[in-house]
Amino acid sequence: MKKLLMGNEAMAYGAIEGGVQVVTGYPGTPSSEVFTSLAAMAKEKKIVAQWSVNEKVALEVAAGAAYAGARAMVTMKQVGLNVAADPLMTLAYIGIKGGLVLVVADDPGPHSSQNEQDTRRFASFAKLPVLDPADPQEALIMAREAFEISEKLGLPVLLRPTTRTCHVCQDVEVSDAIVPTQEVTGFEKNPGWVIFPSLASKRHSWLNQQQDEARQLFESSSFNRIDPGTGRQGIIAGGVAYHYVKEALDLLGLDIPVLKIGTPYPLPVNLVMKYLDKLDRVLVVEEQEPVLEDQLIQMVFQHRRPVILRGKYNRLVPREGELDTGKVKEIIANFLKIELSDHKKVLNSPPLPVRPPILCAGCPHRASFYVFKQAALGTDAIFTGDIGCYTLGNMAPLHAVDTCLCMGASITIGSGLQMVEPNKKIVAFLGDSTFFHTGLPGLINAVHNQAKQTVVVLDNRTTAMTGHQSHPGLPRTAIGEPVEPLDIARLAEACGVGFVRVVDPYDYAASLEVARQALAFEGVAVVVMRRECVALVKGGQTARVIDSEKCLDCGLCIEELGCPAIARGEEGPVIGDTCTGCDLCRQLCPTGAIIERGGAE
Amino acid sequence: MRLDIVITGVGGQGNVLASRILAKAAMEWGLPVRTSEAIGMAQREGVVMSQVRMGEGAYGALIPDGSADILLGFELAETIRGLAKLKTGGVVIANRQTIFPVSVSLGLSQYEPEQMISYLENTAAQYHLLDATALAGEAGTYKCTNIVMLGALASLGILPYDEEHLKQVMLDVIPPKLRDINLRAFALGRQALGGE
Ligand SMILES: Cc1ncc(C[n+]2csc(CCOP(=O)(O)OP(=O)(O)O)c2C)c(N)n1
Ligand code: SF4
Repeated sequence: MKKLLMGNEAMAYGAIEGGVQVVTGYPGTPSSEVFTSLAAMAKEKKIVAQWSVNEKVALEVAAGAAYAGARAMVTMKQVGLNVAADPLMTLAYIGIKGGLVLVVADDPGPHSSQNEQDTRRFASFAKLPVLDPADPQEALIMAREAFEISEKLGLPVLLRPTTRTCHVCQDVEVSDAIVPTQEVTGFEKNPGWVIFPSLASKRHSWLNQQQDEARQLFESSSFNRIDPGTGRQGIIAGGVAYHYVKEALDLLGLDIPVLKIGTPYPLPVNLVMKYLDKLDRVLVVEEQEPVLEDQLIQMVFQHRRPVILRGKYNRLVPREGELDTGKVKEIIANFLKIELSDHKKVLNSPPLPVRPPILCAGCPHRASFYVFKQAALGTDAIFTGDIGCYTLGNMAPLHAVDTCLCMGASITIGSGLQMVEPNKKIVAFLGDSTFFHTGLPGLINAVHNQAKQTVVVLDNRTTAMTGHQSHPGLPRTAIGEPVEPLDIARLAEACGVGFVRVVDPYDYAASLEVARQALAFEGVAVVVMRRECVALVKGGQTARVIDSEKCLDCGLCIEELGCPAIARGEEGPVIGDTCTGCDLCRQLCPTGAIIERGGAE
Repeated sequence: MRLDIVITGVGGQGNVLASRILAKAAMEWGLPVRTSEAIGMAQREGVVMSQVRMGEGAYGALIPDGSADILLGFELAETIRGLAKLKTGGVVIANRQTIFPVSVSLGLSQYEPEQMISYLENTAAQYHLLDATALAGEAGTYKCTNIVMLGALASLGILPYDEEHLKQVMLDVIPPKLRDINLRAFALGRQALGGE
């Protein structure tokens, strides 16, 4: 049966077909919908789906299930694997019993990430096999087959889609059949589960042997394929680049042999050698790092093949950003030294406005930032930031985020800054999901080391940036079951924080008072700004309008807040349809010109 | 048969839903299909583009620059931005609505609607302008601008499937309580481009 599925949904279907029993993960674009699709099917398919507080936790929980023989999947984005690196590196030595598949989504571009790291590189560093799908259909099949590969090798397997598989829809063939799995025998006590230096040295040899086993397994994998063609020049393409190569060849009217690689590490030697046999020159097309290219260079050298390899090292293929058909067409033309006849369309369009992403109209984060900016007015406070929708507080006109590094780094970077800048006020902003993810250790560290810092938890009751997932501060689990929520304020108190307040950012006066007290506090102060993300609020508040009689066109609402619902009209600011009635601007307007829409004048 | 459609707009305009409806209709018509959507950070009021490819030989989901058959522009400036994707002689359906980004209100960048419209007139071989957002408001809410645009596209008879089919898929996809509004929106879009 065919279904229109996004790559992430396709991988969820593949996992079900592959007999997955336990799914964990932490949200992260572009990976999140793999988990949410599985969570939506969890009850019906009788699988366990749990959001974890972070990726390290997610991997360990999934590994535990796999120790007991269950088939487990864990999902995250590429940078999440950094957080999970510690368990991953040793899990490779320990090995697993039930199949364990890590879906780790890469984001060349990047579109929604803080870097462009390549998970295929990570997999080869951890000495673990990795699969690289070209499209949603293949992603489904890989997700299904990965469990078996994992069990055969006794190793976790990585499945690494990129944004253009995750967020691409295709008419995908799905099936109701589930691959028969081995019986779950439970955990068997055995010294092999306890890593010691002595065990590590033994297992390291085993792990090294498994590299050859995996390579052998991939020799006959359907994920790799030679598309025959003519001539003595060829192209090796990995992952989504395969389709760009095929389309570009079509546009160029060329018929040259292509080797499609879906198992970038370890690369099957015999297949590659067979392909290289009849060729003199080969172009390697892959996004991100030269993972295929490096292995090919090694193989060609080892096997003394007189083949010329072209790719990233002679700067034909970029190492940064995404590829697409247009770019690949030029790369191929360069490689083959053909002139492209079609000249690019030159467009002399009128100036276009810049339109970066910004906080939504009515976003509670805008109110929180504004309040702390006002409270810190005249001081040279440093506002350290973290990762979430609120990173957008960095944009004009708020300019309220001075640093952003990775999740959990707001409090900690602030602690370090303060050692060097003891006289500056430090205000660290982090979201509720981020607080649980990696914020908490930084908070404990700050208290223990007697930092003086204001920590603002932007508690919008969701993990908004990645698509509104739940977290431990909410009264429901990943599959919607009720659960006792953890209270961030009480956690902060338990960590020894001497000043803890909870306030509604929509209440400007109350928030300002609390913000001033927090900034004056000698020690670590935690302010929980609690107000639900507007994207989750359906209706409720009435929109605002500007009474043009009273408006002096002072521009304060526009210039201070940068709310996308307020635009400049002919005779002063105008509030548009997207106003959510958060009421922040009304509380700030010096002439009281902002009123409820349809309200009595 | 092959058809490549680009949909441009601003995050929150229902870009993804529109591309899913077009794609689902293609699949159910028996055509291979690919879409690529902007999901993530850009959805917060940023520039968003969806791409829909249907028919034989749909390779990757990204439409090469200068080769889209149809550009559906949900917002004026984003329509202009999207023209780079359109092939020479391609069809443009553009919503007149302008969404001034905060950067414009703050004086950090420019937005000149008249210049944009005359540029569109001079550049696009076949273009249709309509006030889809106003029509959506007439149908019940500005939020169904995307469906007005689909109605307008359907009326041109350039899709590989017929209008009824597209309308049916639209009804399957949207929540039942929004049916009437969206049916009105679809009809208003058709009429705007001369469909009866
Ligand atoms: C290690 C890591 N995991 C996941 C992500 C993806 N990510 C970006 S922001 C975010 C969550 C933000 O949630 P929250 O802190 O509640 O802020 P909100 O977006 O709701 O404002 C996540 C999971 C990441 N950037 N890094
Ligand atoms: S989705 Fe929610 S948290 Fe994110 S910018 Fe919009 S209102 Fe703010």
